[in-house]
Amino acid sequence: MPSEKMLMRGSDTLAEAAVRAGCRYFFGYPITPQNELPEYMSRRLPEVGGTFIQAESELAAINMVLGASAAGARVLTSSSSPGVSLKQEGISYLAGQELPAVIANMMRGGPGLGNIAASAADYFQATRGGAHGDYRTPVLAAAGCQDLAELTFDAFDLADKYRTPVLLLGDGLIGQVMEPVIFPDPIDPADLPPKDYILDGCAGREPRAIYSMLLGQQGELYHHNMKLQEKYQEIAEKEQRWEEYQAEDAEVIVVAYGTASRIAMAAVDQLRADGVKAGLFRPISLYPYPKQALRDLAGDKVKVAVFELSAGQMVEDVMLSVGERSEIYFYGVPGGVIPTPADVEAFLLSVLKGDGSVGRRVVL
Amino acid sequence: MSQVAYEKIFTRPESLKPVPTHYCPGCGHSVAHRLVAECLDEMGLRERTIGVPPVGCAVLAYNYFNFDMVEAPHGRALAVATGIKRVEPDKFVLTYQGDGDLAAIGTAETIHAANRGELISCIFINNAIYGMTGGQMAPTSLLGEATTTTPGGRDPQRDGRPIDISRMIAICDGVVYVERCALNSVKGIRKAKKAIRKSFQAQLDGLGFSLVELLSPCPTNMKMTPQQAWEWIDDQMMETYPPGVIKDTTGYED
Amino acid sequence: MAAKGYIEIDRELCKGCHLCMDVCPRSVLTASEELNSKGYRPPQFIENPPDGKGCTACTMCAIVCPDVAIEVYRAQ
Repeated sequence: MPSEKMLMRGSDTLAEAAVRAGCRYFFGYPITPQNELPEYMSRRLPEVGGTFIQAESELAAINMVLGASAAGARVLTSSSSPGVSLKQEGISYLAGQELPAVIANMMRGGPGLGNIAASAADYFQATRGGAHGDYRTPVLAAAGCQDLAELTFDAFDLADKYRTPVLLLGDGLIGQVMEPVIFPDPIDPADLPPKDYILDGCAGREPRAIYSMLLGQQGELYHHNMKLQEKYQEIAEKEQRWEEYQAEDAEVIVVAYGTASRIAMAAVDQLRADGVKAGLFRPISLYPYPKQALRDLAGDKVKVAVFELSAGQMVEDVMLSVGERSEIYFYGVPGGVIPTPADVEAFLLSVLKGDGSVGRRVVL
Repeated sequence: MSQVAYEKIFTRPESLKPVPTHYCPGCGHSVAHRLVAECLDEMGLRERTIGVPPVGCAVLAYNYFNFDMVEAPHGRALAVATGIKRVEPDKFVLTYQGDGDLAAIGTAETIHAANRGELISCIFINNAIYGMTGGQMAPTSLLGEATTTTPGGRDPQRDGRPIDISRMIAICDGVVYVERCALNSVKGIRKAKKAIRKSFQAQLDGLGFSLVELLSPCPTNMKMTPQQAWEWIDDQMMETYPPGVIKDTTGYED
Repeated sequence: MAAKGYIEIDRELCKGCHLCMDVCPRSVLTASEELNSKGYRPPQFIENPPDGKGCTACTMCAIVCPDVAIEVYRAQ
């Protein structure tokens, strides 16, 4: 049965949710603003017979994840933007080897060392693969602590179901804020379905090899990639997640994810109170992007206003989804600066007026 | 003339698949593979072994070794092995790595797995060159050694000196056994097998991290015959990398 | 008198490195006339050498053979 309501910080929520989802292994490295996550895991995992290692780098951590996943475990690593850059090689290998894992990114300002404030400028990194090769990873973007609790369970399930790494995005703000959380029913790892591809010693069977290198001259790597593409196609069809808020009769729909969606929702509420028909479209899966759902809301009587905590990354997926069905506008703030709901209200009003005073029109 | 009965006293170990390898004629990898396989057989470990190969000439080791293996990105084998061993402490976990894998790109993962005293056996093939990519400088290439990226030979000013990773990790308390052997003689190969057994035993007894460095011939990239490559190890390599026990706190008798 | 030992060579596994020939203390290995299908020249085992010093099943050839191409038999 679901847990009682607790007041928890975002980073701790993600960690606790992972444990309750049957994760018993965490490998990670300190980086602000998610240090509380490994710290929580270092205390919590021994309580449930799990293992925590503070690895020597985020790079080492993702490789420990690879090994643990090959051994059949539900395993988590977390980091923040620059550390997630270090993990990209490992993520490509996990994708090519078809191994499940959950990688959490509590995003911060970049590029480079950036700052430690909340930002959401890793959309490209997450959805366009920061690493090499024809792979995609499911990406789930949380907008608060309850979201994190549920999406963590979802991430582990998706990872196992499709044998893929899954990215779970929060940011420095969500990581630090404390909100009430009710956790879903806990999962005992012993109750998880067995995996027939893992390495547990070849007693009574042929040895298994897990690898992503296919050098053969018969198109082996091509066929493997086509198989991966079929998997991603299935994920794209079945695993889109999004939320619509006051969108049916809206004249302006703000498209935002994560913390930006909370700010946008407050702006929508204020505008509705003032008699303005505003609505929110919140993608929860950034890959697969809920293209059709967004496209269905667009039309020549609706303006689409993209709001991001970045210089503009998701806006490209909005352009791909909406095309020329609606006018598209963009307002984004990079570098860890968080606009207020009033800023977003001003943006949406400027979109409706078409006066270009906040943000800009995006033309294909 | 009396009929003499013969018994087979040397054959392919079960832990090595009966397939031809892609290794060059005279390559040390093939010998090292066989020694690892013989030890696993003799110690009854094959069915609970999980191995991590390198990126390097032995990247396809899972086609030759007859036990579970998982590929690792270049240099990361000891981090991957750490993940495996922590999830399955009752399994026998080994890595098999070359000089670039272990002592260039993987240096941090090597040092820290060793420092944590992970119960992993590490087989380190040191042939002082990058074989798979066609003969570039390795971290263990000797001063003056000609490689495709050290025109005129390795130069201390430009390229630094050969690194002795085995002695470096021996400093760590978590490391219980480090020995360097050479695969360029019957005697050397016999010693290498004993060292590998010792490393395996140290894992089984839960003592700590162990590493066996094997000086290995790479005739193709050295542009030598197998015989010349064997001699090169004696004449040149052993001066920088003398074989012998570097650390042994196992307490095992020979 | 029957030899103390004999060996069998898998010609197709052999890569012609000839390290076995170098280490054999009894000179019962010589380069064979025919190449194998890959173009390597495997060794050939001399069962009854003219000097009478046949194979002793010392296994040194098998120990150095990189390709596990040699199996060794010893008289019981």
